[in-house]
Amino acid sequence: MDLHLKIWRQKDRKSEGKLVNYDLKGLNPHMSFLEMLDTLNEKLIIEGDEPVEFDHDCREGICGQCGMMINGIAHGPLKHTTTCQLHLRSFKDGETILIEPFKAEAFPVKKDLKVDRSAFDRIISSGGFVSVNTGQAPDATAIPVTHQTAEEAFDSAACIGCGACVATCKNGSAALFTSAKITHMALLPQGKEERSKRVLDMVAQMDAELFGHCSNTEACEVECPQGISVLNIARMNFEYNRALFFNKKG
Amino acid sequence: MILDSKIPQGPLEQKWDNYKKKAKLVNPANRKKLDIIVVGTGLAGSSAAASLGEMGYNVKSFCFQDSPRRAHSVAAQGGVNAAKNYKNDGDSVYRMFADTLKGGDFRAREANVYRMAECSLNLIDQAVAQGVPFGREYGGYLNNRSFGGVQVSRTFYARGQTGQQLLLGAYQALMRQVGKGSVQLFSRHEMLDLVIIDGKARGIIVRNLDTGEIERHAAHAVILATGGYGKIYYLSTLAMGCNGSAIWRAHKKGALMASPSWIQVHPTSLPQSGDYQSKLTLMSESLRNDGRIWVPAKQDENRAPNDIPENERDYYLERRYPAFGNLAPRDISSRAAKERIDAGYGTGPLKNAVYLDFSKAIKEQGKEKIKEKYGNLFDMYLKITGYDAYKEPMMISPSAHFSMGGLWVDYELMTTIPGLFALGEANFADHGANRLGANSLLQASVDGYFIAPYTIANYLADEIHTGKISPDTPEFEQAENAVKKQIQDLMNIKGTKTVDYFHKTLGKLLYDYCGLARNEKGLQYAIQEIRKLKQEFHKDVRVSGQVNTMNAELEKAGRVADYFEIGELMCYDALTRNESCGAHFREEFQTPDGEAMRNDAEYQFISAWKWTGENGEPELIREPLIFEEIQPTVRSYK
Repeated sequence: MDLHLKIWRQKDRKSEGKLVNYDLKGLNPHMSFLEMLDTLNEKLIIEGDEPVEFDHDCREGICGQCGMMINGIAHGPLKHTTTCQLHLRSFKDGETILIEPFKAEAFPVKKDLKVDRSAFDRIISSGGFVSVNTGQAPDATAIPVTHQTAEEAFDSAACIGCGACVATCKNGSAALFTSAKITHMALLPQGKEERSKRVLDMVAQMDAELFGHCSNTEACEVECPQGISVLNIARMNFEYNRALFFNKKG
Repeated sequence: MILDSKIPQGPLEQKWDNYKKKAKLVNPANRKKLDIIVVGTGLAGSSAAASLGEMGYNVKSFCFQDSPRRAHSVAAQGGVNAAKNYKNDGDSVYRMFADTLKGGDFRAREANVYRMAECSLNLIDQAVAQGVPFGREYGGYLNNRSFGGVQVSRTFYARGQTGQQLLLGAYQALMRQVGKGSVQLFSRHEMLDLVIIDGKARGIIVRNLDTGEIERHAAHAVILATGGYGKIYYLSTLAMGCNGSAIWRAHKKGALMASPSWIQVHPTSLPQSGDYQSKLTLMSESLRNDGRIWVPAKQDENRAPNDIPENERDYYLERRYPAFGNLAPRDISSRAAKERIDAGYGTGPLKNAVYLDFSKAIKEQGKEKIKEKYGNLFDMYLKITGYDAYKEPMMISPSAHFSMGGLWVDYELMTTIPGLFALGEANFADHGANRLGANSLLQASVDGYFIAPYTIANYLADEIHTGKISPDTPEFEQAENAVKKQIQDLMNIKGTKTVDYFHKTLGKLLYDYCGLARNEKGLQYAIQEIRKLKQEFHKDVRVSGQVNTMNAELEKAGRVADYFEIGELMCYDALTRNESCGAHFREEFQTPDGEAMRNDAEYQFISAWKWTGENGEPELIREPLIFEEIQPTVRSYK
């Protein structure tokens, strides 16, 4: 199949970017989207041009490193799919595809399609953990967790931190990412002790990183590769209000 | 050179305790005087950096990804082993030790394997305390499943994303320390050389992948937790960035490499579908708990799988290995699949796959139950192939996966360079010639959480009077200049072929001649071809872009330059081992019915290799393996 690509090229954070046109012919529809970009880059290198920089690693939909806006949609047209798991069979022969980096104030562009998502790490660093040092743990059976609770916690813990929720949000909010971790921890007995301090610290860090506020459009859930539910955001709001109401950090 | 494995005295079950009793300690007040570098943020690296940071050392943590949470441990699916015996099915530390030793074809040290099984108990406790949402019974207690090569249920799992959840636990522990200031994080940094001063590892040279800047970092000890080099085959189950460069650069600085040819080929990955392909996706081995593997009974079958009646199917694993059936270990299952595919019974468009069939399990347990156990794997299969595995069998095929080889380490996980430690897949220890499923996450985690904090303290206790290590020494300058020269040399070639072209060509050579099966003639041929390809690479590769900026092609070029040398050593290693064991199947050494033929009399040793220079032949140093507890037996799963 043939494709016409319009790709965002930007030399570095300070330079101005622009869309550049590329044509690719004779592609196999079973090729993944990133393999299509590999093919383009091979061609660019041979022709003496600089290849397009994009983030990727596992190419199995789990590391969360890939991610770009494809025709205006984070990770492209398939629901609950990362860019690396998107295949050309999802596009039409001869189609024009617009490829841009994730856009958000808290995710500045580094080069071409690569953005800086280190703000997510700082949010986790502010409280997204259980404070247990190595070697302090009681026997695992000493903390029973019901099957349903473990499954529910897992649903939230499954977030891959790709940033699609932020990129697709008109406010550039990190509410889904942050709330998924808050919910994961708040549901489990191990995380309950620190729930108030955690939610206050993580929300404060989220604001400090210049993420926008959540206005409940629910676009994040629609584009999330892992199908993380917006109910996590409701729980984060509950936990936040609970912490404020009881005015305690413990 | 005589290798000292430093195995502690005493009975097997007391060795680790004996070591810990006698190991030297560093006073908490002195720990802040000591700097430690940890390269890699997978399970081994994150857990080590977090644990050492908690203890009060100054830790610098490096990874090439944009966040430590992306390290490839995240992709492990099936589970992590622990001899908790929660199923009351007869499991114990000893049985886990015996299964692992046998699974590795008796090519690992007894003491290391026993310690891994022993520490598995603590790991589950640690992970649960961190909030890892393992699968639970309805009563609230932890659930288990079974994996290849064992007859008990000792594998703990978090759906099909166990690696992700364990890694997130370790990453969160790491980020907690980053927040406290005890660990400094350097993401998007790649280690390009090791610095040695007075015979000790004292620092690293890294490239900042965002700016291209070359940086010097000094420390009292360096830990390499950089994973394996299975991506050398290009098509593999590994992430695109996985590489062997850090350990290879350490090897060229004097650390021995052990058993480099032992690379596990995983039996259940998705088959190759075209030349454009960049990787082969793994499907968890846990699928074999409920999936039955078969091929059509007649060659060149063209009917759809569901149209082939039961009596025209060959469930070859159940036929050949009735005691373990579909849960036969990985080396056995991979070779059995290759044998059927090579004999003309392969399935799929390229006739390069076998079927993994869930119809019986769905009929017996219902679709919902299967969905709960493996839902994400079925979804992944649908996304990649476009086929619904609830309705027809999956097509699977063997592909390169885990490197059991790596830097030689002693019982303390220290390499032959004092102060340089290697953890997890970056070292050769614990798995022998074949890794049992769900032991990878385990080894990486216990190395980082429970072993390195003791053994590194034992080393650092003698370093408290050393004082700050300065990065402004001639050794650092020399290493930095060498790195800069290599980068400039690669950029100056300006040839006609891309880095990926060379990587793919090398990968195919290794797959054909040093892959699932090897023979003397093929290995000798491969060594010659790799040398030619390496020469061509250094004359004709084209690395685009600039040095002093983000440049993914340059990153790849450096890694592929190392792969030529690693590949050559893999072939040397395979050539010198005139036997078949685990992942190393030499065609000349097999039984009449096609099973591996080990030779304990001559090859019961670890092959450790010494670098002798660009044009020298590697030198083989043997570490004999002594078995006191279990005498090696013929490994049968029939």
